[in-house]
Amino acid sequence: MDRRTTLQWMLAASASVPALMRTATGSTTVSAVPTPGYGVDPPLMAPYQSGQLWPLLLSEAEKRTATVLCDTLIPADHASPSASEVGVVAFIDEWVSAPYPEQLRDRPLVRQGLEWIDAEARRDFKQSFADLEEANRARICDRICDYDRAALADREAARFFARFLVLTAAGFYSTPVGRKDLGYIGNVALASFEGPPPELIRKLGLDQ
Amino acid sequence: MAFISSDSLSRTYDAIVVGSGAGGGQSAYTLSMAGASVLMLEAGRRYDPLRETPMFQTPDMAPLGGVSTPDKPFGFYDATAGGGWTVPGEPYVQTSQEDTGRFDWWRARMLGGRTNHWGRISLRDGPYDFKPRSRDGLGVDWPIAYEDVAPYYDKVERLVGVYGSNEHLENTPDSPPGCLLPPPKPLISDLLVAKRAATLGIPVIAGHRAVLTQSLDVARSPRLLHPGDETAQRILSEDMKQRAACIWATPCGRGCAIRANYQSPTVHLPPALRTGKLDIVTDAMVHEITLAPNGRATGVLFVDRKTGQQRRANARVVVLAASACETARLLLNSKSPQFPNGLANSSGTVGRYLMDTVGSSVSGQVPLLESLPPINEDGASGGHMYVPWWLYKEQLAGGLGFARGYHIEFGGGRRMPDVDTAVDLGAVSAGSYGQRFKQEARRYYGSFVHFAGRGEMIPNEKSYCEIDPTVRDKWGIPVLRFHWAWSEHERRQAVHMQNTFAAIIQAMGGRVLGKVETRGEAAISPGGSIIHEVGGARMGSDPKTSVTNSWGQTWDVSNLFVSDGAVFVSNADKNPTLTIMALAWRTADHILQRLRRREL
Repeated sequence: MDRRTTLQWMLAASASVPALMRTATGSTTVSAVPTPGYGVDPPLMAPYQSGQLWPLLLSEAEKRTATVLCDTLIPADHASPSASEVGVVAFIDEWVSAPYPEQLRDRPLVRQGLEWIDAEARRDFKQSFADLEEANRARICDRICDYDRAALADREAARFFARFLVLTAAGFYSTPVGRKDLGYIGNVALASFEGPPPELIRKLGLDQ
Repeated sequence: MAFISSDSLSRTYDAIVVGSGAGGGQSAYTLSMAGASVLMLEAGRRYDPLRETPMFQTPDMAPLGGVSTPDKPFGFYDATAGGGWTVPGEPYVQTSQEDTGRFDWWRARMLGGRTNHWGRISLRDGPYDFKPRSRDGLGVDWPIAYEDVAPYYDKVERLVGVYGSNEHLENTPDSPPGCLLPPPKPLISDLLVAKRAATLGIPVIAGHRAVLTQSLDVARSPRLLHPGDETAQRILSEDMKQRAACIWATPCGRGCAIRANYQSPTVHLPPALRTGKLDIVTDAMVHEITLAPNGRATGVLFVDRKTGQQRRANARVVVLAASACETARLLLNSKSPQFPNGLANSSGTVGRYLMDTVGSSVSGQVPLLESLPPINEDGASGGHMYVPWWLYKEQLAGGLGFARGYHIEFGGGRRMPDVDTAVDLGAVSAGSYGQRFKQEARRYYGSFVHFAGRGEMIPNEKSYCEIDPTVRDKWGIPVLRFHWAWSEHERRQAVHMQNTFAAIIQAMGGRVLGKVETRGEAAISPGGSIIHEVGGARMGSDPKTSVTNSWGQTWDVSNLFVSDGAVFVSNADKNPTLTIMALAWRTADHILQRLRRREL
């Protein structure tokens, strides 16, 4: 390697290259994909906000539908608030707006799903999904909440529903409220680790 | 002496150590604690776990709930900085894109390398593992035996701190008294796995991980590790006191700001720096070993990644610990009229006999673990228990259809909820939403168990790396091209893992989530994905078929040593890090002896 080559490469370093590129010998070059994401060495200590790293894409209408759907999937109850109350819509907006492969795959699924569910509401009940009363929302959701039982024509919507449920749950149970709801009590420093309580071990028959 | 810049290198060191991970960290520690002057060159950036570790950050504070992305393949808070399956500006080449013919190369470009994020699983290779060919006629024997390495396993365990237990099991070595720290208490799911696996004849014993379940033995270990050297004893003793015991919270993979687990920058480098004998240059991408006319190594050439400047460093001894493949790349790129095929490559085996670990996994959901009361199960954040390979006799008798074993790593419990938790919950709650989903989430949370097999791969002629004829990295350094193939031994082993994990889950009264793979091609993870790359500059007793002798000293260049996973002759199911450290210590001791005798 000579110094000129070095300099040429330094200058070219900012140019983007595809992730996989065929070489002259028929092999494949594996390169880093430059994304507008957070990069390979982001600051880790300070908390991030939805919208801080990449522009958010969901429209007001999409967010309105998403809010009601989130809260249909995870409503408020005696133990915890609803999904939208703890910022899950912003989490989903950040997710579907993100420049990474998994999220780019979810983007059309979620946006088309939100559009589909709103169109179904308008067709069947002459109202937006967000304005439906609970019973009518359930009529649509019951059709698509189980992929294996959904009508063939509703399969894509059922796929959306399953994914939207996972994203809603991911956003919800990642918050302090969601952790408390599930009964997660870790992430605190302990002086010692005593293992499970003996009465629980006995109860499960694991003491012999 | 300490962290220095690349333009202040005028002196000749006793040793240059290329790389700062398990092998490099151990080499620099052993050499500098004994008084040798050492220059460590690390290709990645400077990294300070004490200031940079996100210990208690929760998923809601991270982008995308902290889920893995191509930028951070092990999740946002994973310790790896500037690395992964791809590194910007540093491509590599694959000859196949098939899952079964591909080698994916993981690199960490940071001080401490992969030791910052590793699983801390620290298993000794056993007597069979050093003599595999003698036992079953396959692969190649090491030129050393377990007895040669055992004293160094003892030392490493004492230095870094490893929890575990002695179970007197076949080819699963015990440690002498005082080496191991007590293992953490089992979780509920561990107890259930142990009880039900026992009905299948599968032993479940305490895991071995480099995590301090209590403070290190400051009273005895410094004297045992550095006999007769009061300075080294004092430095180590002071440093050991600075390492806190585990606080039973926060994932080890993020690194540990209180130094309760092993990573090179919190365990090897602080005492080494305190000797005043170690200089470290980071962002130093070494690309060539320089030679004198008499055939001895004089030092290395490297690129300062920050400036692009070409730099030179000189030493009496050069120790390569850049990671197995990067070490092979460095040797192959060090061509000269004397060594037209690359340095130390007169055997033609540099880059050859590359190995990874066979990996396969199955998850399950277990009704007995549903709706348990809230208890804190963070524990030591990794396996409190594991299953060592248990079918040695059946295998040797030829009853299994594959020649080498695997161990099982497993986990369950009430882990910090994250995106993966939501995926698990979604998988078992089809058809439910609303209030019912919330209730099911409370019921199912904590009832999932995950099993992963880690198995031995037998080295083969088709798995190797070489220099690609055309592709270069952004500094113009020729890059590696990988060839990869599994044999029937690995594919059948992966299927055996799948069936075993399903059987254990069923014995627990649980259901398997997803499919049990019965085809080896589908059951086995792609090459490189377990990140146990070893081989490529193997040791041996014959210069015609190996790159180094039993001391890691290259046959062709007397003052050039290899101290990372590249020297591995076989890749037992035991995770390689502990063995890398033990061999690096042994090689460093040998270098010190020969430096003292003025033979190097």
